[in-house]
Amino acid sequence: MAEIPWLKDVDAALKQAKGTGKPVLLDFSAAPM
Amino acid sequence: MESISSRFIPFHAHIKDQKPVFDRFKAQWTPTQIILDSDGVERHRMEGFLPADDFMAQLDLGLGKIQFQRKDFAGAEKTLRNVCEAFSKSGAAPEACYWAGVAAYKGSDDPKHLGATAKGLKERYPESEWARKASVWSP
Repeated sequence: MAEIPWLKDVDAALKQAKGTGKPVLLDFSAAPM
Repeated sequence: MESISSRFIPFHAHIKDQKPVFDRFKAQWTPTQIILDSDGVERHRMEGFLPADDFMAQLDLGLGKIQFQRKDFAGAEKTLRNVCEAFSKSGAAPEACYWAGVAAYKGSDDPKHLGATAKGLKERYPESEWARKASVWSP
């Protein structure tokens, strides 16, 4: 399965969503890094 | 199955790096996933770990809710019906079956869809709150 290209800038994600019409998936984690 | 990145703009935050973003979206526990529509409005939230099938079902439930909210009732019914059938053992299935029936009704104005939904939920998920919500439509 391909790596998911997670964005780290939420405002950039929201801007991309607005531009593309795609929804945003926000993932919040506290898993060990 | 379509990949996450083909259907969503994916954003990830770790509590150690982005606590303000947790606060902004009121993420109180991990893992939490939130689906926003393209205008940034929250449409679906998942809190706590989910096995893969349940997780994928929840993603589709969220997409179906967005389609429904946009009044794309045919699209919503298709997406939600797929959760109802293909992920029938998932926790999302009863809710998806319910909203698939509502989408079918809204798209056709035919109340038979509500009756059929109530019947199906009563048969398949008699203990679920969605069966109880739909019980008012039983013929």
